[in-house]
Amino acid sequence: MIQVQNLTKYYHEFCAVDQINLHIAKGQIVGLLGPNGAGKTTTLRMLTGYFMPTSGDIRVKDYSVHQDSLKIKDMIGYLPESAPLYKGMLVYDYLDHIAGIRGLKGENKSKRIKELADMCSLREIMHKTVDTLSKGLKQRVGLAHAMMSDPEILVLDEPTSGLDPNQIVEIREIIRKIGEEKTVILSTHILSEAEATCDRIVIVNKGQIIADGNLEDIKGEAGRGAMIHIALQQADPDEARIVLQQVEGVDSVNALKAENGELVRLQLTCRASADPRPHIYHAIKGTNWVLIEFRQETKTLENIFRELTREN
Amino acid sequence: MHQVQLILKKEFKDYFVSPIAYIVIAIFVIVTAWLFFSKFFLYNQANLRDFFQYLPLILALVVPVITMQLFSEELNAGSYELLLTLPLSFNEIIIGKFLAASAFVAAILAPSVVFPLVISFLGDLDWGAVIGGYIGAFLLGASYVAIGLFASSLTRNQIIACIVGMAICFALAIIDKMLFFIPQPVLGVIEYLSSGYHFENISRGIVDTRDIVYFASVIFLGLYATHLVMQEKE
Repeated sequence: MIQVQNLTKYYHEFCAVDQINLHIAKGQIVGLLGPNGAGKTTTLRMLTGYFMPTSGDIRVKDYSVHQDSLKIKDMIGYLPESAPLYKGMLVYDYLDHIAGIRGLKGENKSKRIKELADMCSLREIMHKTVDTLSKGLKQRVGLAHAMMSDPEILVLDEPTSGLDPNQIVEIREIIRKIGEEKTVILSTHILSEAEATCDRIVIVNKGQIIADGNLEDIKGEAGRGAMIHIALQQADPDEARIVLQQVEGVDSVNALKAENGELVRLQLTCRASADPRPHIYHAIKGTNWVLIEFRQETKTLENIFRELTREN
Repeated sequence: MHQVQLILKKEFKDYFVSPIAYIVIAIFVIVTAWLFFSKFFLYNQANLRDFFQYLPLILALVVPVITMQLFSEELNAGSYELLLTLPLSFNEIIIGKFLAASAFVAAILAPSVVFPLVISFLGDLDWGAVIGGYIGAFLLGASYVAIGLFASSLTRNQIIACIVGMAICFALAIIDKMLFFIPQPVLGVIEYLSSGYHFENISRGIVDTRDIVYFASVIFLGLYATHLVMQEKE
């Protein structure tokens, strides 16, 4: 559906997007993730035809942004960050205007506007001006704007930023509903959002893709060297460290100071692609220590993200 | 074409949503009426020369106020991004906005039709000169709109857009009054560049192709420059 080839964008000397390659299949919900200034918005803006790449190409179906920008714009519905709609217009007038530009006429137009009003719950606010709306409502109008032509591809730049938790859930539900049939690309720096809505996650940092795959892939990839926490009673910290160090699959052991002179806390870092938990259990079983706590730290997307995007 | 109409309709409607339209129309009517009637009874002549004489200057000050928001506000509010990601070509956007502002110039000029009507009761009015004057005034206004549109595309700050537009329009309006500064050989060229000079010709009731060509080329240049600015932004 969408093929991004060696996409590069320079703002004067500054390289915002650096040789990105990406293939997006039909019907995927793709989350573009990255810290602020990573190049997410720039990438989306090139995809939607707001500006041209410095070099490289984006092809949607068989059209290239360089030659057939208008055809691509026809296929894409886009909601920029914080929905910059025309402030002075009534919501209805605004949607009517967009519907006209999207080529809808007469009965089809009013039918589509009604559908979107129901889908995005806009019925009550149709006759308010845009600048009187709260951020969440504006975002919903923006979503209706993006979906006006029932586009095959929906591009959303930080669709939930600045919304309250209820609104976030609402918008996410709408996105997921759309994603059942359409290709959706959304950017965010809120990780739980990508986790909640996306089939595929692409992590971008400093203009480059540093991880790409579904959540499990990324967790697996970055999750190597998982951390295991153990708390023991009636054990000597040094002795415990030596015993556990010898367990197969354990990379390093860090013994924390004993609490109350009794409880020994240990942090075990595991080697990649190994699960040493059974071996640890057996090693402890062979001693007379009392196992109080035994847990593996589950890697959240937050940790992975921080690990991948951390400055060296 | 359909897209141009939609933009034209939206932009034209926008003028009347905010109070700016009414203020601009009111100021224009008051200023022109004062300039016109303050001398009209002194000269005791049934013509509109005084009204048309000041028009290049007045429009040079008024039109940039009308055009300043056309692009600047979109750039400032970020709606420019929405506009450009809709299936619209640059030309459709530029022409739509240009026509909307030109239509608004026509709306500003419309109330002044009262002047010739009043005069025609008082004396024998040369309607040819009046019609020529209005055609000229509209062309003049449209040329200034093209310049103002260009100024507006340069910056996200409406005030700057307005001042830049005024400076260019004002220069074109008065340059033929400054001819005594200019060396003989280039005199004709400078005079040709002046919008005041061409407007004077038309408002005498002589619709000459040279004047039409002049206004058409100013409009074309203004719109083309706007197109280049949009391309540069891309």
